[in-house]
Amino acid sequence: MTFAVNILLWLVVCLLAVIAAYRGRVLLNNGARDGVVEFIRLLPRIGAGVIGAGFIAKALPNEWIAPWLGPQSGFLGVAIATLGGALTPGGPVVGFSIGAAALKTGAGAPQVIAYSTAWALYALHRLVIWEVPLMPPRVVWLRAAVSVPLPFIAAALAMALSQP
Amino acid sequence: MLFGEMLPKVLAGCLIGAFVTLLLPRELVARWVGQESGFTGLLIAAFFGFLLPGGPITIYPVAGAFLTMGADAGAVVSFITSWTLCGYTRALVWELPFFGPHFVIWRIVEAVPLPIIAGLLARGVVRARLARTDIVK
Repeated sequence: MTFAVNILLWLVVCLLAVIAAYRGRVLLNNGARDGVVEFIRLLPRIGAGVIGAGFIAKALPNEWIAPWLGPQSGFLGVAIATLGGALTPGGPVVGFSIGAAALKTGAGAPQVIAYSTAWALYALHRLVIWEVPLMPPRVVWLRAAVSVPLPFIAAALAMALSQP
Repeated sequence: MLFGEMLPKVLAGCLIGAFVTLLLPRELVARWVGQESGFTGLLIAAFFGFLLPGGPITIYPVAGAFLTMGADAGAVVSFITSWTLCGYTRALVWELPFFGPHFVIWRIVEAVPLPIIAGLLARGVVRARLARTDIVK
Protein backbone atom coordinates (compact mmCIF):
# COMPACT_ATOMS: atom_id res chain seq x y z
CA MET A 1 0.00 0.00 0.00
CA THR A 2 2.71 2.46 1.05
CA PHE A 3 4.75 1.49 -1.99
CA ALA A 4 1.76 1.98 -4.33
CA VAL A 5 1.07 5.41 -2.82
CA ASN A 6 4.71 6.38 -3.40
CA ILE A 7 4.62 5.26 -7.04
CA LEU A 8 1.37 7.12 -7.66
CA LEU A 9 2.67 10.33 -6.07
CA TRP A 10 5.87 10.34 -8.04
CA LEU A 11 3.96 9.65 -11.27
CA VAL A 12 1.92 12.79 -10.56
CA VAL A 13 5.14 14.73 -9.87
CA CYS A 14 6.61 13.52 -13.20
CA LEU A 15 3.43 14.41 -15.10
CA LEU A 16 3.33 17.92 -13.63
CA ALA A 17 7.06 18.39 -14.28
CA VAL A 18 6.59 17.40 -17.93
CA ILE A 19 3.68 19.87 -18.32
CA ALA A 20 5.77 22.59 -16.66
CA ALA A 21 8.79 21.81 -18.86
CA TYR A 22 6.57 21.98 -21.94
CA ARG A 23 5.51 25.50 -20.90
CA GLY A 24 9.12 26.58 -20.41
CA ARG A 25 12.35 25.82 -18.63
CA VAL A 26 11.90 28.65 -16.11
CA LEU A 27 8.57 27.26 -14.90
CA LEU A 28 10.11 23.81 -14.40
CA ASN A 29 13.04 25.26 -12.43
CA ASN A 30 10.78 27.47 -10.29
CA GLY A 31 8.41 24.61 -9.49
CA ALA A 32 11.23 22.24 -8.50
CA ARG A 33 12.92 24.94 -6.41
CA ASP A 34 9.68 25.98 -4.60
CA GLY A 35 8.88 22.34 -3.84
CA VAL A 36 12.33 21.53 -2.45
CA VAL A 37 12.45 24.73 -0.37
CA GLU A 38 9.06 23.91 1.14
CA PHE A 39 10.25 20.36 1.89
CA ILE A 40 13.39 21.58 3.70
CA ARG A 41 11.30 24.10 5.65
CA LEU A 42 8.89 21.35 6.78
CA LEU A 43 11.51 18.77 7.80
CA PRO A 44 12.20 19.96 11.36
CA ARG A 45 8.49 20.50 12.06
CA ILE A 46 7.55 17.00 10.91
CA GLY A 47 10.44 15.46 12.85
CA ALA A 48 9.33 17.25 16.01
CA GLY A 49 5.75 16.15 15.37
CA VAL A 50 6.60 12.47 14.98
CA ILE A 51 8.65 12.47 18.19
CA GLY A 52 6.05 14.60 19.98
CA ALA A 53 3.24 12.23 19.00
CA GLY A 54 4.87 9.49 21.05
CA PHE A 55 4.89 11.73 24.14
CA ILE A 56 1.29 12.86 23.59
CA ALA A 57 0.20 9.21 23.34
CA LYS A 58 1.82 8.57 26.73
CA ALA A 59 0.31 11.74 28.24
CA LEU A 60 -3.31 11.05 27.17
CA PRO A 61 -5.45 9.59 29.96
CA ASN A 62 -5.80 6.09 28.49
CA GLU A 63 -8.32 4.85 31.04
CA TRP A 64 -10.77 7.56 29.89
CA ILE A 65 -10.40 7.15 26.14
CA ALA A 66 -11.87 3.67 25.70
CA PRO A 67 -15.10 4.26 27.71
CA TRP A 68 -15.75 7.83 26.45
CA LEU A 69 -14.49 7.60 22.88
CA GLY A 70 -14.38 3.85 22.19
CA PRO A 71 -16.34 2.13 19.41
CA GLN A 72 -19.22 1.55 21.88
CA SER A 73 -19.48 5.24 22.88
CA GLY A 74 -21.80 5.95 19.93
CA PHE A 75 -23.29 9.39 19.37
CA LEU A 76 -22.13 10.79 22.74
CA GLY A 77 -18.56 9.78 21.91
CA VAL A 78 -18.87 11.49 18.52
CA ALA A 79 -20.21 14.67 20.20
CA ILE A 80 -17.34 14.72 22.75
CA ALA A 81 -14.79 14.09 19.98
CA THR A 82 -16.31 16.89 17.86
CA LEU A 83 -16.14 19.37 20.73
CA GLY A 84 -12.59 18.30 21.53
CA GLY A 85 -11.54 18.66 17.89
CA ALA A 86 -13.08 22.10 17.51
CA LEU A 87 -11.33 23.34 20.66
CA THR A 88 -7.89 21.88 19.87
CA PRO A 89 -5.56 24.76 19.06
CA GLY A 90 -2.33 24.38 17.13
CA GLY A 91 -1.15 23.17 13.76
CA PRO A 92 -1.58 19.81 12.04
CA VAL A 93 1.11 18.22 14.23
CA VAL A 94 -1.00 18.72 17.36
CA GLY A 95 -4.35 17.78 15.83
CA PHE A 96 -3.23 14.68 13.99
CA SER A 97 -0.92 13.38 16.70
CA ILE A 98 -3.69 13.55 19.30
CA GLY A 99 -6.06 11.77 16.90
CA ALA A 100 -3.53 9.05 16.07
CA ALA A 101 -2.67 8.57 19.74
CA ALA A 102 -6.37 8.28 20.68
CA LEU A 103 -6.89 5.69 17.94
CA LYS A 104 -4.00 3.61 19.33
CA THR A 105 -5.30 3.79 22.89
CA GLY A 106 -8.80 2.51 22.14
CA ALA A 107 -10.89 5.29 20.55
CA GLY A 108 -13.30 4.17 17.81
CA ALA A 109 -12.61 5.04 14.16
CA PRO A 110 -15.85 7.09 13.71
CA GLN A 111 -15.03 9.06 16.85
CA VAL A 112 -11.50 9.79 15.62
CA ILE A 113 -12.91 10.80 12.22
CA ALA A 114 -15.30 13.20 13.98
CA TYR A 115 -12.36 14.58 15.98
CA SER A 116 -10.08 15.21 12.98
CA THR A 117 -12.97 16.55 10.87
CA ALA A 118 -13.97 19.03 13.61
CA TRP A 119 -10.35 19.98 14.14
CA ALA A 120 -9.80 20.53 10.38
CA LEU A 121 -12.96 22.67 10.10
CA TYR A 122 -12.42 24.87 13.15
CA ALA A 123 -8.76 24.74 14.28
CA LEU A 124 -9.07 27.80 16.50
CA HIS A 125 -5.66 29.28 15.82
CA ARG A 126 -6.17 29.06 12.03
CA LEU A 127 -9.56 30.75 12.31
CA VAL A 128 -8.09 33.59 14.36
CA ILE A 129 -4.73 34.02 12.63
CA TRP A 130 -5.74 33.53 9.00
CA GLU A 131 -9.44 33.43 8.32
CA VAL A 132 -10.64 36.42 10.38
CA PRO A 133 -8.04 38.87 9.01
CA LEU A 134 -8.33 37.68 5.39
CA MET A 135 -12.05 37.05 4.91
CA PRO A 136 -15.15 39.22 5.36
CA PRO A 137 -16.60 38.49 8.86
CA ARG A 138 -19.99 37.41 7.49
CA VAL A 139 -18.36 34.64 5.43
CA VAL A 140 -16.30 33.46 8.43
CA TRP A 141 -19.44 33.16 10.59
CA LEU A 142 -21.43 31.59 7.77
CA ARG A 143 -18.76 28.93 7.26
CA ALA A 144 -18.47 28.26 11.00
CA ALA A 145 -22.26 27.90 11.33
CA VAL A 146 -22.82 25.56 8.41
CA SER A 147 -19.85 23.40 9.50
CA VAL A 148 -21.50 22.31 12.77
CA PRO A 149 -23.27 19.21 11.35
CA LEU A 150 -20.32 18.06 9.22
CA PRO A 151 -18.28 16.05 11.82
CA PHE A 152 -21.50 14.20 12.76
CA ILE A 153 -22.25 13.39 9.11
CA ALA A 154 -18.66 12.15 8.64
CA ALA A 155 -18.92 9.93 11.74
CA ALA A 156 -22.34 8.62 10.66
CA LEU A 157 -20.90 7.71 7.24
CA ALA A 158 -17.98 5.99 8.95
CA MET A 159 -20.41 3.97 11.08
CA ALA A 160 -22.62 3.13 8.10
CA LEU A 161 -19.73 1.91 5.98
CA SER A 162 -17.32 -0.46 7.69
CA GLN A 163 -14.45 0.02 10.13
CA PRO A 164 -11.09 0.96 8.63
CA MET B 1 5.36 4.89 10.20
CA LEU B 2 9.08 5.57 10.34
CA PHE B 3 10.40 9.06 9.72
CA GLY B 4 12.57 7.86 6.82
CA GLU B 5 9.61 6.19 5.11
CA MET B 6 7.62 9.43 5.23
CA LEU B 7 10.18 11.63 3.52
CA PRO B 8 9.67 10.61 -0.14
CA LYS B 9 5.92 11.26 0.26
CA VAL B 10 6.48 14.62 1.89
CA LEU B 11 8.90 15.68 -0.86
CA ALA B 12 6.43 14.53 -3.55
CA GLY B 13 3.61 16.46 -1.83
CA CYS B 14 5.73 19.62 -1.75
CA LEU B 15 6.67 19.31 -5.44
CA ILE B 16 3.05 18.64 -6.52
CA GLY B 17 1.94 21.68 -4.52
CA ALA B 18 4.59 23.91 -6.09
CA PHE B 19 3.84 22.82 -9.67
CA VAL B 20 0.05 23.04 -9.40
CA THR B 21 0.31 26.54 -7.90
CA LEU B 22 2.39 27.64 -10.90
CA LEU B 23 0.30 25.86 -13.56
CA LEU B 24 -3.26 26.66 -12.44
CA PRO B 25 -4.79 29.76 -14.07
CA ARG B 26 -6.59 31.52 -11.22
CA GLU B 27 -8.71 33.89 -13.37
CA LEU B 28 -10.37 30.85 -14.90
CA VAL B 29 -11.21 29.49 -11.45
CA ALA B 30 -12.98 32.69 -10.47
CA ARG B 31 -15.07 32.60 -13.65
CA TRP B 32 -16.22 29.04 -12.94
CA VAL B 33 -17.54 29.63 -9.42
CA GLY B 34 -19.49 32.86 -9.89
CA GLN B 35 -22.92 33.69 -8.52
CA GLU B 36 -24.81 32.13 -11.43
CA SER B 37 -22.81 28.90 -11.30
CA GLY B 38 -25.52 26.89 -9.48
CA PHE B 39 -24.89 23.38 -8.18
CA THR B 40 -22.13 22.88 -10.76
CA GLY B 41 -20.39 25.91 -9.25
CA LEU B 42 -20.39 24.23 -5.84
CA LEU B 43 -18.97 21.05 -7.36
CA ILE B 44 -16.26 23.01 -9.16
CA ALA B 45 -15.45 25.02 -6.02
CA ALA B 46 -15.17 21.83 -3.97
CA PHE B 47 -12.97 20.27 -6.65
CA PHE B 48 -10.63 23.27 -6.66
CA GLY B 49 -10.46 23.21 -2.88
CA PHE B 50 -9.25 19.66 -3.24
CA LEU B 51 -6.84 20.55 -6.02
CA LEU B 52 -5.33 23.82 -4.86
CA PRO B 53 -2.37 23.07 -2.64
CA GLY B 54 -0.79 25.09 0.09
CA GLY B 55 -1.55 26.15 3.61
CA PRO B 56 -3.85 28.85 4.94
CA ILE B 57 -1.40 31.42 3.59
CA THR B 58 -2.38 30.54 0.01
CA ILE B 59 -5.97 29.35 0.48
CA TYR B 60 -7.56 32.35 2.24
CA PRO B 61 -6.18 35.00 -0.12
CA VAL B 62 -7.49 32.94 -3.06
CA ALA B 63 -10.89 32.54 -1.35
CA GLY B 64 -10.98 36.29 -0.71
CA ALA B 65 -10.11 36.94 -4.36
CA PHE B 66 -12.96 34.62 -5.41
CA LEU B 67 -15.38 36.75 -3.38
CA THR B 68 -14.22 40.04 -4.88
CA MET B 69 -14.29 38.50 -8.37
CA GLY B 70 -17.95 37.60 -7.92
CA ALA B 71 -18.00 34.09 -6.45
CA ASP B 72 -20.91 33.62 -4.06
CA ALA B 73 -20.58 32.78 -0.35
CA GLY B 74 -21.83 29.21 -0.92
CA ALA B 75 -19.07 28.47 -3.43
CA VAL B 76 -16.42 30.00 -1.16
CA VAL B 77 -17.64 27.98 1.86
CA SER B 78 -17.58 24.87 -0.32
CA PHE B 79 -14.05 25.72 -1.46
CA ILE B 80 -12.64 26.29 2.05
CA THR B 81 -14.41 23.23 3.49
CA SER B 82 -13.09 21.06 0.69
CA TRP B 83 -9.57 22.36 1.22
CA THR B 84 -9.68 21.72 4.97
CA LEU B 85 -11.20 18.24 4.70
CA CYS B 86 -10.03 16.79 1.39
CA GLY B 87 -6.92 18.86 0.52
CA TYR B 88 -4.29 16.39 -0.53
CA THR B 89 -1.21 18.38 0.49
CA ARG B 90 -2.16 18.38 4.13
CA ALA B 91 -3.23 14.74 3.96
CA LEU B 92 0.08 13.76 2.35
CA VAL B 93 2.41 15.86 4.43
CA TRP B 94 0.75 15.68 7.85
CA GLU B 95 -2.01 13.11 8.13
CA LEU B 96 -0.39 10.18 6.30
CA PRO B 97 2.64 9.96 8.61
CA PHE B 98 0.42 9.77 11.70
CA PHE B 99 -2.45 7.57 10.53
CA GLY B 100 -1.14 5.56 7.57
CA PRO B 101 -2.71 5.40 4.07
CA HIS B 102 -5.62 3.12 4.94
CA PHE B 103 -7.20 5.40 7.53
CA VAL B 104 -6.48 8.60 5.56
CA ILE B 105 -8.10 7.35 2.34
CA TRP B 106 -11.04 6.11 4.41
CA ARG B 107 -11.51 9.48 6.12
CA ILE B 108 -11.25 11.42 2.86
CA VAL B 109 -13.85 9.20 1.16
CA GLU B 110 -16.27 10.06 3.95
CA ALA B 111 -15.43 13.75 3.68
CA VAL B 112 -16.25 13.97 -0.06
CA PRO B 113 -19.96 14.94 0.29
CA LEU B 114 -19.31 17.44 3.13
CA PRO B 115 -18.12 20.49 1.11
CA ILE B 116 -21.22 20.24 -1.10
CA ILE B 117 -23.50 19.98 1.98
CA ALA B 118 -21.75 22.99 3.54
CA GLY B 119 -22.09 25.01 0.32
CA LEU B 120 -25.81 24.20 -0.01
CA LEU B 121 -26.42 25.09 3.66
CA ALA B 122 -24.52 28.37 3.23
CA ARG B 123 -26.61 29.30 0.17
CA GLY B 124 -29.75 28.40 2.12
CA VAL B 125 -28.73 30.64 5.03
CA VAL B 126 -27.90 33.54 2.71
CA ARG B 127 -31.23 33.18 0.91
CA ALA B 128 -33.17 32.98 4.20
CA ARG B 129 -31.39 36.08 5.50
CA LEU B 130 -32.14 37.98 2.28
CA ALA B 131 -35.81 36.98 2.47
CA ARG B 132 -35.96 38.17 6.10
CA THR B 133 -34.44 41.59 5.32
CA ASP B 134 -37.00 41.93 2.52
CA ILE B 135 -39.80 41.38 5.03
CA VAL B 136 -38.27 43.90 7.46
CA LYS B 137 -38.16 46.48 4.68
